[in-house]
Amino acid sequence: MLHVSQLGLSVRGHALVQDLSFGLAPGELLAVCGPNGAGKSTLLKLISGERRPTAGEISLFDRPLHDWRPRALAQRRAVVPQSSACDFPFCAWEVVMLGRTPHPSSTQDRQIALAELDAVGASHLTERLLPQLSGGERARVSLARAFAQLHGVEGPGLLLLDEPTAALDLQHQESVLSLLRRRCDERGDAVLIILHDLNLAGAWADRVLLMVEGRALADGPPEQVFTPPLIQRAYGLAVRRLHHPDTGRALLVPARADARSQTLTPIPNP
Amino acid sequence: MTPLAALPHADRVQLVSLALLVGALLLAVSLGAVSISPGQLLVAPLARLGLSDAPSLTPAQEAVLWAIRLPRALLAVGVGGALGLAGALMQGLTRNPLADPGLLGVSSGAALGGAAATVLGGAWSQVGLPVAAIVGGLLAWGVVMAVARRDGAAPISTLLLCGVAVSALASSGTGLLLFVASDEQLRALTFWTLGSLSGASWPRALGVLGALAVGLLLTARAARPLNALLLGEAEAAQLGVPVEALKLALTVLVAALVGLSVAFSGFIGFIGLVVPPLARLFVGADQRQVLPLSAILGAGLLTLADLAARTMVAPAELPVGVLTALLGGPFFLLRLRAASPGV
Repeated sequence: MLHVSQLGLSVRGHALVQDLSFGLAPGELLAVCGPNGAGKSTLLKLISGERRPTAGEISLFDRPLHDWRPRALAQRRAVVPQSSACDFPFCAWEVVMLGRTPHPSSTQDRQIALAELDAVGASHLTERLLPQLSGGERARVSLARAFAQLHGVEGPGLLLLDEPTAALDLQHQESVLSLLRRRCDERGDAVLIILHDLNLAGAWADRVLLMVEGRALADGPPEQVFTPPLIQRAYGLAVRRLHHPDTGRALLVPARADARSQTLTPIPNP
Repeated sequence: MTPLAALPHADRVQLVSLALLVGALLLAVSLGAVSISPGQLLVAPLARLGLSDAPSLTPAQEAVLWAIRLPRALLAVGVGGALGLAGALMQGLTRNPLADPGLLGVSSGAALGGAAATVLGGAWSQVGLPVAAIVGGLLAWGVVMAVARRDGAAPISTLLLCGVAVSALASSGTGLLLFVASDEQLRALTFWTLGSLSGASWPRALGVLGALAVGLLLTARAARPLNALLLGEAEAAQLGVPVEALKLALTVLVAALVGLSVAFSGFIGFIGLVVPPLARLFVGADQRQVLPLSAILGAGLLTLADLAARTMVAPAELPVGVLTALLGGPFFLLRLRAASPGV
């Protein structure tokens, strides 16, 4: 449902994203990982249409991105931003209801908003004002807004998320990822999510796209991507790979064989 | 009929505000040097239409009501409503709850346009006045938006500083025009620097009210996408809102509302700043409620302010712009100190 081919974006001769090709099938959860400045957020902005590529093509649901009418696309594709700064006194349920903007307004909208707030475990926030919510609470409200946007849509939807777990505690990180996983499995939605936490990506993603300097270093199942040599190349950090005692999935931890020299390794400039 | 208590909270607020506005309007029409009782007010329209021969108004009362007081009160309603609506729209467009036509230079730009039409317009100055004021407001607003905004939002400090700069430029332009103006034009121009509804007439009142009605109709359609815009421009675009077209349309509407207000009543400040936060206090951030309520509250506020301006020091008259600034200035300072400027 998402095809990206030879995508590139250069700003004043500086390539932020180059020669990137990958696809995303219905029901698939793709984690985009990589060091700071690797071009992950830029990639998301290109796919969401916020920025125009200087090379290559993006197609969504078998149609080129720029052929879509904004409203029609918004009914099938939702974006959850990294953070939202809004000083206006919306209640949480009103923010979630804004997800219904691309749809004809209906008396059901409030019910949908309440249901989706409940789905992300935030029904206790319903009447709270947006400026008074913590970063983690805002993140969950944004997620519920994206779910409300795709509510009742025929066929699978596409969710794009930019580090929605950054402000969340361990329990809420898990619950967000399991919610996304369930949407993939039950509704056939496709999810593209930027994650910094490699172990979270390893535990929940079908595939991982590892980006370095605007390019794809690796694209495949977590077991194939999260190997010490690839992580060393991407992050310049030696890691050791363990296996989760319950699932057998890959777990990465920084190597500590020579702790002193490790701390002295300069962080490579991305 | 639905009892008032059974209505949703926001609708109740709108209805009560509307009733208060009608009350303010009746008060403004009945009080003054020649007083007209509420009972007479009710009978007057019937008598005029020949439907009642009850003892009606004296000829003096008749003249005061139809030629002076009613057009003036209706102009106050129109201008106050237009400024309240324009303020709410500007706060939405900049995603900044402290935006205001006066503070951001739009009114000064409109005043410069109006002054230019008065001094340089010659025979066309009457027709050119509102048009030039609208164009002046549009230019000022365009400059502020182009300079102050980064990634769709304008930080309040940058926005206010831009407003200061544009206001200063526009005022110096108006100053130059004062220098070359004739004595008669000079008197007319002084009116802009203070703001007053004493120039009221039927065409002016109906003109502003018409523009306000068109504005309210347009914003009723735009309120839902404008809500999405409050989340951010990127977010609104991702929700399928045609962001650029919406911004352009609302910018022109703001300039038209402010331009007409300034053309007919001069520089009346702070209505657009004070009223929308008050509206949000009652009905939350939903623009579908905030926009009409801002118009109603703005209309009521200016009607009462003008009533005070012309009765407090009777038979003399205070410029109403001085009164609104007296009210709005401290309010603005308090808001700047407030922890959550959105409410």
